[in-house]
Amino acid sequence: MKRAPSLSGPALRIGAMLLALLFTTGILLIAGAPPLEAYRQIVIGSLGSVKKITDVLVAWAPLVLATSGLLLTFAAGLWNIGIEGQITLGAIFATGALRLTLESGLPPAVAIGAAILAGILGGGFWALLAGLLKAYGGVNEIFGGLGLNFVAVALNVWLIFGPWGRPGVASMSGTEPFPDSLSLPALAGLRLSPWAVLLAVAGFALVFFLLQGTYFGLRLKAVGKNPRAALLLGIPTTRYVLLAFVLCGGLAGAAGAVQVTAVYHRLIPAISSGYGYLGLMVAMLVNYQPTWMPVVAFFFAALNIGSIQLPIVLKLDSSLAGVLQGALVLFVLAVEGFRQRLRRPEARVTE
Amino acid sequence: MRVELRQIHKSFGAVHANDGISLTVPAGTIQGILGENGAGKTTLMKILSGFQRADRGEIWLDGRPAHIRSPQDTGALGIGMLHQDPLDVPAMRVLDNFLLGREGGWRPQRKQARSVLQELAERFGFALDPEAYVEALTVGERQQLELLRLLWLGARVLILDEPTTGISALQKDALFASLRKLSEDGRTIIFVSHKLEDVENLCHRVAVLRRGQLVGEASPPYDTDRLVEMMFGRVVSLGSRLAGQAGKHVIGLEDIVIEDRRMTIGPVSLHAAQHEVIGLAGMEGSGQQSLLRSCAGLIRPVHGRLRLAGEDVLGRSYRDFRRRGVAFMPAARLEEGLIPGLDLTEHFELTQPQAGFLIRRQEAHHRTVTQIDAFKIRGTPASPVEALSGGNQQRTLLALVGEDLSLLLLEHPTRGLDIESVVWIWEKLKERCRGGTAIVFVSSDLDEILHYSDRIHVFFGGRVSPSLDARTTTVEQLGQLIGGKGWPETRV
Repeated sequence: MKRAPSLSGPALRIGAMLLALLFTTGILLIAGAPPLEAYRQIVIGSLGSVKKITDVLVAWAPLVLATSGLLLTFAAGLWNIGIEGQITLGAIFATGALRLTLESGLPPAVAIGAAILAGILGGGFWALLAGLLKAYGGVNEIFGGLGLNFVAVALNVWLIFGPWGRPGVASMSGTEPFPDSLSLPALAGLRLSPWAVLLAVAGFALVFFLLQGTYFGLRLKAVGKNPRAALLLGIPTTRYVLLAFVLCGGLAGAAGAVQVTAVYHRLIPAISSGYGYLGLMVAMLVNYQPTWMPVVAFFFAALNIGSIQLPIVLKLDSSLAGVLQGALVLFVLAVEGFRQRLRRPEARVTE
Repeated sequence: MRVELRQIHKSFGAVHANDGISLTVPAGTIQGILGENGAGKTTLMKILSGFQRADRGEIWLDGRPAHIRSPQDTGALGIGMLHQDPLDVPAMRVLDNFLLGREGGWRPQRKQARSVLQELAERFGFALDPEAYVEALTVGERQQLELLRLLWLGARVLILDEPTTGISALQKDALFASLRKLSEDGRTIIFVSHKLEDVENLCHRVAVLRRGQLVGEASPPYDTDRLVEMMFGRVVSLGSRLAGQAGKHVIGLEDIVIEDRRMTIGPVSLHAAQHEVIGLAGMEGSGQQSLLRSCAGLIRPVHGRLRLAGEDVLGRSYRDFRRRGVAFMPAARLEEGLIPGLDLTEHFELTQPQAGFLIRRQEAHHRTVTQIDAFKIRGTPASPVEALSGGNQQRTLLALVGEDLSLLLLEHPTRGLDIESVVWIWEKLKERCRGGTAIVFVSSDLDEILHYSDRIHVFFGGRVSPSLDARTTTVEQLGQLIGGKGWPETRV
C-alpha cells in the first residue's frame, strides 16, 4: 500500500479510466448492445432528475459508511473481506432490536436509535471475531472474514425463514415489513432519509478526523506500514489491529442498520446489497486515502442506480455497472503496477 | 571445468559489492573464497550462478566466453549452486525434490530417479530416505540432497555458499570427503566460507575478498595470521573507549540457552554494568544477534536466568523490558527500525511518551526540529524516512530511543556508515554511557568492537567465549576466535 506518487498519478488514472470504458464498450459490442445508448441510460437513470439523484444518495449512505470503516482497516494493513458479514450482522442486530421494541411500545425515535446502536454493536462483534482469529488463532483475516461472511448469510437466511419468518408465508422476500413509524423519516415523496445521509457524513468525518489528526490514527498507520517496527517502537500492535477491526465493523454494522431502517424496512436475504465488496473497490480506487472517497463512492452508487433501468429499456442485464466498476479497479491497479515496474527495472532482474 | 572471472563489477545503489574482481579456477580445484560479511562473496557467486547479473565483466568457461542471463543458463552450462538456505520444497518428499528441475516429459520417472538417488547417496555415504519429507530433515541432510540433485543435473562446477553453517561435525566430514572425491573426478568446487579452519582443511587455494575487491590469494601451507589480516585489513584509529568506572549490574545472564532456527546458543553467562560497553563479536549468524534480542525480551531463552537490576525477568514481554528502561536498536533500519511511508515528525510523535489523543501540529513540528538539530539529521520534518541516507536513518533511530535508559542494545550500530557518522554516533553513545546507561552491541567490524568495548564476548557457531578485556586483546586473537580457531575442544 504505497502512497501514490503525485506527479503523473492523475493523468495515469484518467488513462486507466478510459481503458476501463473502452473495455466495457468492447463487451457491450460483443453483446450486440449499443454502447452509447447504454451509457446515456445510466446517466439519465442516475442523474436525470432530482428524484434519481436522491435515489443515488440512498445507496451512497451505506456505501460511504462501509468504505469509511474499510479505510481504518486498510490503514492498519488489514484486508477486511469480512465486511459483508459485518454489514449483515449489523442488519440482523438492528432488526432484532426493532422487533423487541415492537412489543415494548417505546417511542419510535428511541426504538430507531436503539436499532442503529444495535447494528453498530453487531457489526463490531462480527469484526472482532475476525480480529481475534487473526491475532490469536493465526487465521489470515481474508480467510477468516470470508468464512464469517458465509456464516452471516446462513444465519440471516435462517432467521428469515425460521424464527423471524412471515407467519405462514416465510419467503425470500424477507421478514414482515416494520410499520412506517419504525423507519428513519424520509423526505416527502422520496425514498431518501436525510438521517441516513447525516449518519454517513458523521461516519466519514469520524474516520477522516481519526486518520488525519490523532495519535490513534498515526499509530494505526504505523502498524499498517511496518508492524515489526511499530512493535519495536513500543506500540501494542495486537490491540490496534483489534481496534481497527471493531471500529470498521461498527461502521459496517451502521450501514446494515441503515439498510434495515431506511431502505428495505425489513430484513431480506441480500441485505448487504454487496456494499462491502463495492466499498473494497472504492477504497482501492482512492488508494486508501479518505479525501476523495465520498466522491468516488457517489460515482459507484450512481452506476449502481443508473443501471437499474437497463433491463427494461435495452434488455441488458444491470450487472453492466459491476463490469464497469470492476474494470475500473483492475485497470487502475494494473496501470499503477505497470508504472512501478517501469520505474524499478533492477528489481525485475534480481528477483 | 576451468572457470575464469574477468573484471566483475556489481553495484547496489552506492555500494560497490564487486569492484573489478578477476579470478581463475582450474578444473579439479577446490577453491576457497574467504571474506567477512559484506565482502562481496555471495554477490560474486550469485553472478557466476546466474541469480544476478554483473554490471560489467565477463565469465569464461573452459576458455570460451559464457553468456549467463539466468539460473537456467548456468544449469545448462553445468554450474550448480548450493545456497546457504537450501532451495528445496520442505512440504515434499526427498524423491520429489530430487526430481525438481529435471527436464523431460509430463510423467516424472520416479523409479529411475529412485535408483539414481540411492546409487549416488551410497557412493558418497549419505543416508537419505527417498520417502521422507524434507521438512523433517536436518540442514545437513537437506544439503546432501541438494548436492546429489545438482550432480544428477550434470553440474561440473559446484558452488557452495557457507555450507558448514548449521550442520553436525559428522555431516561436515562426509561433505568434505565427497567434495574431495568430486574434485578428483575433475569437478571444480568453489567453497565460500568465513570459517578459517574449514577453508584451511579443505581448499587447494584460497582467494580473500574485502570490501568488494580481491585482496589476495594463498595456497597451503596457510598462514592463519596473514589470512586474518587480509580479511579484516589493518586497524585504523576510530576514537577511544570511554573506560569509565563500571557501576552496578544492569543485566545479568546465567547459563542462558537459546534455541535458534539453526543452532543452540550457549550456555552463556554474561553481565553488563552501568557505564560499561560490551561488544559481541562473531560472524553473522553465530548466535550473537539472537542473544542480543533475548536481552531485549524479543526471544525467549529455553533455559537459564535473566536478571534486570537484580530481578528475574525471563519470559517477560518486550514491552515489560521497555518499561524497565531497556531499548533495542535493530540493524535492519527500514525493515525493523523505521516505518517507510511516515515522515520524521510522525516518527517522533509515535514515540512521544505523554501523547494525548489529538496531535498538536505546532508542538510536534517544534519537537521534531529540535531533534533534527540535536542529532544533526540531514532532512526536514516532512522528509519520509526512506528518503534519508543510511547515516541519517541511523541518527533518527538513535534519536527515537528514549532518554534515561538503563540498557541500550544495538545491532550493528554503524554498519554501512561513513567514518564521520561512525565517530559521531559513538560520541552520542558514550554520552549516554556517562549518564549511567550500559551498552551491549553486536558488530562484525573488529575495529569497532576493539575500540569502543570495555569487554568482548566472541561467538562462533552458537558457542560463546568468556569475557575478554578489550584493552589486552589484539585483532589477530579476535580474528582467529571469530574464524573458529583457538576454542577449547569441548563440543563436537
